[in-house]
Amino acid sequence: MSAETPSFPNPVPAWDLPSRGKVAMAGLIVAESAIFTIFVVAYLFYLGKSMTGPTPREVLEPPIFYTICLLSSSLTIHLAAKFLARGITFAFLAFWLLTIALGGLFLYGTAQEWQRLIYEHGLTISTNLFGTTYYSLVGLHGFHVTAGLIMLVVVALFGLSGRVGIKQSGRIEVLAMYWHFVDAVWVVVFTLVYVLGR
Amino acid sequence: MSSNVITVSVGQTDAKPWVDELHQWLTTVDHKRLGILYVVSALMFLLIGGVEALVIRVQLMHSHNNFVSPEVFNRMFTMHGTTMIFFVAMPVLFGLANYLIPLMIGARDMAFPRLNAFSFWLSFFGALLLYFSFLGGSGLYGAGNAPDVGWWSYAPLGARAFSPGHSSDYWTLSLLVSGFGSIGTAINIIATILCLRCPGMKLNRMPLFAWLNLVMAGMVLIAITPLSAAQIMLLIDRYLGGHFFDTQAGGSAVLWMHFFWIFGHPEVYVLIIPCFAFMSEIIPVFSRKPIFGYPVMVAATVCIAFVSMSVWAHHMFTIGMNSYANSFFTLTTMAVGVPTGIKIFNWIGTMWGGRIQFKTPMLFSIGFLFQFLIAGLTGIMMAASPFDWQLSLSYFVVAHFHYVIVGGILFALFAAFYYWYPKMTGRMLSEGLGKWHFWLFLIGFHLTFDVMHVPGILGMPRRIYTYEPSRGWDTLNFIISVGAFIQALAILVFVANLIVSYFKGDKAGNDPWDAWTLEWSISSPPAPYNFAMVPTVASRRPLWDEKHPEDPDSRYE
Repeated sequence: MSAETPSFPNPVPAWDLPSRGKVAMAGLIVAESAIFTIFVVAYLFYLGKSMTGPTPREVLEPPIFYTICLLSSSLTIHLAAKFLARGITFAFLAFWLLTIALGGLFLYGTAQEWQRLIYEHGLTISTNLFGTTYYSLVGLHGFHVTAGLIMLVVVALFGLSGRVGIKQSGRIEVLAMYWHFVDAVWVVVFTLVYVLGR
Repeated sequence: MSSNVITVSVGQTDAKPWVDELHQWLTTVDHKRLGILYVVSALMFLLIGGVEALVIRVQLMHSHNNFVSPEVFNRMFTMHGTTMIFFVAMPVLFGLANYLIPLMIGARDMAFPRLNAFSFWLSFFGALLLYFSFLGGSGLYGAGNAPDVGWWSYAPLGARAFSPGHSSDYWTLSLLVSGFGSIGTAINIIATILCLRCPGMKLNRMPLFAWLNLVMAGMVLIAITPLSAAQIMLLIDRYLGGHFFDTQAGGSAVLWMHFFWIFGHPEVYVLIIPCFAFMSEIIPVFSRKPIFGYPVMVAATVCIAFVSMSVWAHHMFTIGMNSYANSFFTLTTMAVGVPTGIKIFNWIGTMWGGRIQFKTPMLFSIGFLFQFLIAGLTGIMMAASPFDWQLSLSYFVVAHFHYVIVGGILFALFAAFYYWYPKMTGRMLSEGLGKWHFWLFLIGFHLTFDVMHVPGILGMPRRIYTYEPSRGWDTLNFIISVGAFIQALAILVFVANLIVSYFKGDKAGNDPWDAWTLEWSISSPPAPYNFAMVPTVASRRPLWDEKHPEDPDSRYE
């Protein structure tokens, strides 16, 4: 290659470009953040504007335990990815399955909370503005957790059949980026819905 | 499938049965084929959207006309707007970006070929979904078919109570689906540009085309997504009994406007920035000079992208915002004019002292410069909120944004077609037909959209089905409609040119325009693998370096 470009005075330095997987995931995260921003804006804009009850103060209880579960799953997936990058597949699998368990626990918590809201307090998506915005925002996040869990489970199945090794480390890191994003969104949702907006 | 079944085709390589050929096109993941699919589907919808525009113009030709019913008229302007923005302008720009970016940065394909195909088919089926509403839209209610609530579907008009049946559902789902396609394409463009550049192509050596499309893709990520979010909310309202935009339950119609225009105004820049990209490639080549002020062009584009995110509410001056909001959005809107003006000066600076060749692409480019400037000037007028209170929702606004979209975007697109058609097909478009196309379209355009400002100032509101003879708008509207038909004629000349030149056009060769970017270094049309050898570049004009080894650009950069 260098032999046929004698006219270029400066030799080309080492050519290093970012990984396309990470760039694409960063792009997806930017796009998803914009979607969540719109739902968060709608939630905040309609706080206290419901014509009928129930209100957030009456019915919402901060799901502290399940929040700790979800946030610690960020740590476990990080460790899993680190172990995979070093080639220790057993530790990777252990932390990966732990991540799935923690994510699953969080979804279970959401399901319980929704059941309580619907059957004890009669709050559905069509009850009032609070119901509409609350279920949409928390539901959108729950949808992203579910999508993430499906991807995690697919990787776990491949991992259990021994097909995930150090070669797949880059892809696992891309998936971990998504999972961190889902957790970060929950920090915002939790703060606004369960702490400030109550 | 031996060749003796088929009549012998002269000089062609092995003739494949058309089913095979079709199968290859439908299952392709090649960025060049997908680019062409985008362009062809967009041209098809351009003709459909154009017919809808003609129906509108015939209806308004004189007062008390009865060409179509009021219901059909509402459907026509809704479908015309939605089609032209989402299924003509976006796909055709994505298609050209798809086709050209890998060629310009010396890559084999886009970063994610299958995502690319997926995005195209999402956008295409989104368009089909919109048009299926003509058949399936009335649903169980028998309440009219195609969507008829305007292309921004203001609340509460889009709610169940006021849009029964399924017409608004088709509109919502179609935009949601094609919006996901747009996000996929934008991610693909960003990943391609950042991760697949050939050795030596640093960011500051990329063709401006790649730079501007990078900015455009970034804007798509932030600007299209609010529309998707708002569509999800509308679906929740319509199907799950939500109250987002239900004023009787405390919801806000104004919030929908904000969400729509947070998408809607940056969308204009999503459409115009790729057109700036065409200009930045075409004007230098036909002025025989390198682009003037490359870094400033990039900076101005990024600046436009930022500022344009904070101007949306200038579409909403008449809803009664407070004076702080009015002042803020007036100022930001006027501020966008500064980087845009810098760009126009840079293009003029490129032409200044050049040996300008008035080929068809350059004619359309010069048309673009003049018309985009005028569109910008009426834009500055509308940006002043007191002025806007007088003329908002009048034909003055319709004239203004058609000046941007037809006079700006469409002219730039025609320039791009004449410039890159030889690369895509290996044949030149006919210069003779091209000049006919240009002059007819120019005359038709100005007849329609220059005159259209006047009834707006006289008080003619947009979206009215007919008007009283005593208003004195008859003659003006007649002239506008005549102009529309001249434009339609010019489009037919263009389509004829595309078809005739495909079979009979002069052979283009690799580099018919003596240009400087990498796509002209390979055969026309390019081989499926693009570059036999991965190119290495050392300046912004790699082909200039190759043609002039005694005086390469790389010596001065």
